[in-house]
Amino acid sequence: MNSILRDHSALPDRWHRLIANPFFWPAVAGAGLLFCIAASVLGFLDLYLQLILIYVGINIILTVSLNLINGYMGEFSVGHAGFMATGAYVASLLTIRIFPSGISDLFFPLAIFAGGVAAAIIGLLVAIPSFKTRGDYLAIVTLAFCMIVKSVLENIDAVGGPRGLLGMEKLTTLPWVFFWAALTVWVIRNLVFSNFGRGVLSIREDEIASDLMSVNTRQVKVIAFVVSSFFAGVAGGLYAHALQFINPKMFDIIKSTDILIMVYLGGIASIAGSIIGAIIFTILLEILRPLGVWRMVIMPLLLVLLMICRPSGIMGLRESRLFFPLRDLVTERLWRKRKKENGDAPA
Amino acid sequence: MAYIFQQALNALQLGSIYALIALGYTMVYGILTMINFAHGDMFMIGAFFCFMLSAWLKQSFIPALLLSMLGVACLGVIIERLAYKPLRNAPRVSAIITALGVGLFLENFTLALSPYPKNIPALVSNTAWKLGSLSLSSLQVIIIVLSVVLMMVLDFIVQHTKTGMAMRAISWDRTVVPLMGVPVNRIISMTFALGAGLGGAAGMMYGLAYPVIDYSMGIMIGWKAFISAVVGGIGNIRGAMIGGFILGSVEIMTAAFLPSTYRDFVAFTLLLALLIVRPYGILGTPHPQKV
Amino acid sequence: MPLLEIQGLTHRFAGLCAVSNFTLSVEPHELVGIIGPNGAGKTTVFNLITGVYRASEGSIRFEGRELVGKRPSAVTGLGIARTFQNIRLFRELSVLDNVRIAHYGQVRYSPLEALLHMGRFRSEERRITNRALDLLSVFKLEDYAAEKAKNLPYGLQRRLEIARALATGPRLLLLDEPAAGMNPNEIIMLMEFIGWIRETFSLTIILIEHQMRLVMGICERLTVLDFGETIAAGIPSEIRNNRKVLEAYLGEEVDGDAP
Repeated sequence: MNSILRDHSALPDRWHRLIANPFFWPAVAGAGLLFCIAASVLGFLDLYLQLILIYVGINIILTVSLNLINGYMGEFSVGHAGFMATGAYVASLLTIRIFPSGISDLFFPLAIFAGGVAAAIIGLLVAIPSFKTRGDYLAIVTLAFCMIVKSVLENIDAVGGPRGLLGMEKLTTLPWVFFWAALTVWVIRNLVFSNFGRGVLSIREDEIASDLMSVNTRQVKVIAFVVSSFFAGVAGGLYAHALQFINPKMFDIIKSTDILIMVYLGGIASIAGSIIGAIIFTILLEILRPLGVWRMVIMPLLLVLLMICRPSGIMGLRESRLFFPLRDLVTERLWRKRKKENGDAPA
Repeated sequence: MAYIFQQALNALQLGSIYALIALGYTMVYGILTMINFAHGDMFMIGAFFCFMLSAWLKQSFIPALLLSMLGVACLGVIIERLAYKPLRNAPRVSAIITALGVGLFLENFTLALSPYPKNIPALVSNTAWKLGSLSLSSLQVIIIVLSVVLMMVLDFIVQHTKTGMAMRAISWDRTVVPLMGVPVNRIISMTFALGAGLGGAAGMMYGLAYPVIDYSMGIMIGWKAFISAVVGGIGNIRGAMIGGFILGSVEIMTAAFLPSTYRDFVAFTLLLALLIVRPYGILGTPHPQKV
Repeated sequence: MPLLEIQGLTHRFAGLCAVSNFTLSVEPHELVGIIGPNGAGKTTVFNLITGVYRASEGSIRFEGRELVGKRPSAVTGLGIARTFQNIRLFRELSVLDNVRIAHYGQVRYSPLEALLHMGRFRSEERRITNRALDLLSVFKLEDYAAEKAKNLPYGLQRRLEIARALATGPRLLLLDEPAAGMNPNEIIMLMEFIGWIRETFSLTIILIEHQMRLVMGICERLTVLDFGETIAAGIPSEIRNNRKVLEAYLGEEVDGDAP
C-alpha cells in the first residue's frame, strides 16, 4: 500500500497543497515575466548577464523540444539544428523584408510564430521516414536532413547564400525569451501527461505492442515531430534576433551535437532535466570562457566523466514532482480508501 | 571521356578514404552496437601523427605509415578502455554521447596544441604518368592501391582468422560468446585497434593528397564516412567498403558536373533516397523482431 | 455468421513457408485452441490476424470485414486484442499507465486540446483513468497502480497483460501461451480465470498453448499445426488420440514400442 503513495507523499503536505493551488504556477510564471520585463526595461541586470540568460532560455527551448523526440520517444534525432535554421531564416526574412520596419516589435511574436510553423511543416516531412525506420537508420535520415537544409540555404542567393542574412533588429529581449521558454515547457509538459504523451512513451518501450494496444503510432510520431520542430523553429527565430545575423554554417551538425549534449547531460525523458542541462551547459561554457580554447577541451572531458559516472544524465528518466499533473486520481482514490480503512471520516 | 576517367580516379581515391574510415565505424558498431563518433577524429590524429613523424622525426613513407597506424591503433585501444568499457552495459545513447565527447576533446586538444594548420611534407614523389590523353598521378595510384590492400588484409583477418571469427561471433551474440572461452575484452580492443589503425592510415593518405591539415578535418569526413557505413548496411564490412566508394563517386561526379556548392546537397539527397528505398542499407539485413 | 473466418491463410518468409493454407472459423463466444510443436507457426497466425505481418495469401474476415492489409492499431480498433508469448508490457511505465495507454483509441479529445490541457481534456482524462482503475480493481491489481510494470511478480505481469488487452474493449481475445511458466495449481486457477473473463467480458477466445491440461480442460475445439500445416482439427477427445498429432509431438513410432 505504501508504495503507491510513496511518490506523492514525499512532498510535505504544505508544499503539495501550495502547488496544487490552480493559481500557483500562473503566479510564478507571471512573477518571472515581470522580473524579466523589469530587468530588461529598468536595466538592473547588466547587459552581459541578460545576454547569458537569453541564451539559457533559447537553449532550454531547444533542449526540452529535442527531449520529446530523443528522450520520451527514444529516437536518436541529430537534425534539430535544421529545424532551428528553418525558423531562424523564416523569422528573419519576415522582419527584414516583409514586415514594416518602424513597428517591428509588434510583429516580432508573429514572426517567431511563423518561424515555428515553417519548422513544423518541415518536421512533418521528417516524421514520414520515421514510420518505417527506427534507431540508427532514422539517425542517418535526420543527419542527412540537417546537412541538406544547410546545403540548400548555402545555395539560395536570395537568402544570402553562404554569407547568410544580416541586419535583423535586436528584438529578442529577456521577457520574450522567458515567455517562449515558459510556453515551451508548459505545452510539452501538457503533451507528455496526456494520451498522446503516453503514446510517445509506449512507442519507446515497445512499438509493436503499442500498435497492438490501439495506439495510432503514425499519429503520435507526427505530433511529436511537429511539436518538437515547431519549438526548435521558435528558438531559431529568437536566436537570429539576438545575434542579429545568421549564416548556414551556424546550423550544422555541430549545433545539433551541442543540443544533443544538453539533452543527455540533463537526462532523457525529463523536462526538469532538460532545463537543468541547458542551464548548466550554457553557464559552464561562459564560466570557462577565460580558459580560451582549453574551455572546449575541459568541457567534453567533464561530459565523458559524467556519462561514465551517471550514464542516464543528471535526471535521467526521473521527472521532478513539480511537473506531475496535480489531480492524480490514483492518489485521491487510494488516499480516500486508506483513510476509510484507517477509520477516518471519508474525505 | 578523359575527363570522366579522371573523375573516376578521383572518385576511387576519395572513395577509398571514405571506405577505410567507414570500416572503423562499421566494425565497432557490429561488435558493440555503438556508434563511435570519435572515429572521424582518429582520422585526423592519424594525419597529425604522420605530420609529426615526417616533419619532426624525418621519417620516410613506410615507417611513417606503419608508426602512424600503430599510434592511432594504440590511441583507439586506450580510448576504448578508459571511456567506452565502463559504459558497455549502460543505455546505448550514453555511449554515443561519450563518443561525441571524446571526439570533441580530441578536436579541441589538437586545436589547442596546434592553432594553425600544418603542412605534411611530400613523402612520395608525385609524378604524373601519361597514358595517351589521360594523366595519372602516382600519389593517387598509391593511395588507391594501398587502400585496397589494407581492405583486403582486413577482409582476410575477419573471414579467415580466429580473431576475425571471434569478432563476427560477438557481433551476433555478446552474452553467450564469453561462455565459449572467447576473450571478449581482448577481441573488442583488437577491433578498435584495427578500425582506428585503418582510420589513421586514411588520415595519412589524405594528408599526403591534400597536404594542409587542421583540427577540424575529421568532423565532416567522419559524418560522411558514417553515412557511407550506414548506406552499405551498418555492421557489414563489405557494405562499408561499398558505401564508401558510392559516396566518393557521388560526391566527385556531382562536383564534376555541377557547381561545387551543390556537392553536399546532391550527395546527401541521393543517400537519403537510397535509404528510403532500402532502409537497411545495401548489404544490411533488418534484425527481424520476434513478436 | 462466424465472428472470425480465416481461409487459405498462407505466409512466407524469404522462401520458408511459415503458415500454409490455414483455415479456421470461430463462432461468437467459442473458446478455440491452436496447438502444435514449437515453431509450428501458431504465433505467426496470431501475428497475421492482428496485422503485424501481412499475409502472402488468403483472407481473414472479422465480423464480415477483411483484415488482411490493415495496420495493427486498426485491427485492435475493430475489436481484437491479444497477449504475447514473452510478456510485452511497457516495463518502465506504471501499471496504471499500461492500462491507460490501451484506451488510446477511445479517447475523445484532439491533440490541440491535449497541448493546452483544455476543452474535453480534463473530463476525458478523468473518465479514462477511472475506467483503467476499475479494470485494475476487477483484476485485483489496483494496489499496484503506481508501481512500474517491470517490478511486478511474473504472475501479476501476466494478469496485467490480460487486463491491458481487455482495456481495448475487444470482442475477440487472442491468448498466446498464457500458462507459460506456471505450475499445476496455477494452471487450474488460470482455467477458472479464463472461463470467468469469457463470461464477464462476453469474449470469444482463441488460445495458443502447450500445457495439455489447460488445452484439454477448457478448449471446445482444437486445430493442430505442424511446420505451418494443419494436421488435425476437431474436438479435444478426437485430437487426443489422433496418430498424426502424437507423431508430431512425440516423434514417430519405433518398432516394438506401444503408442
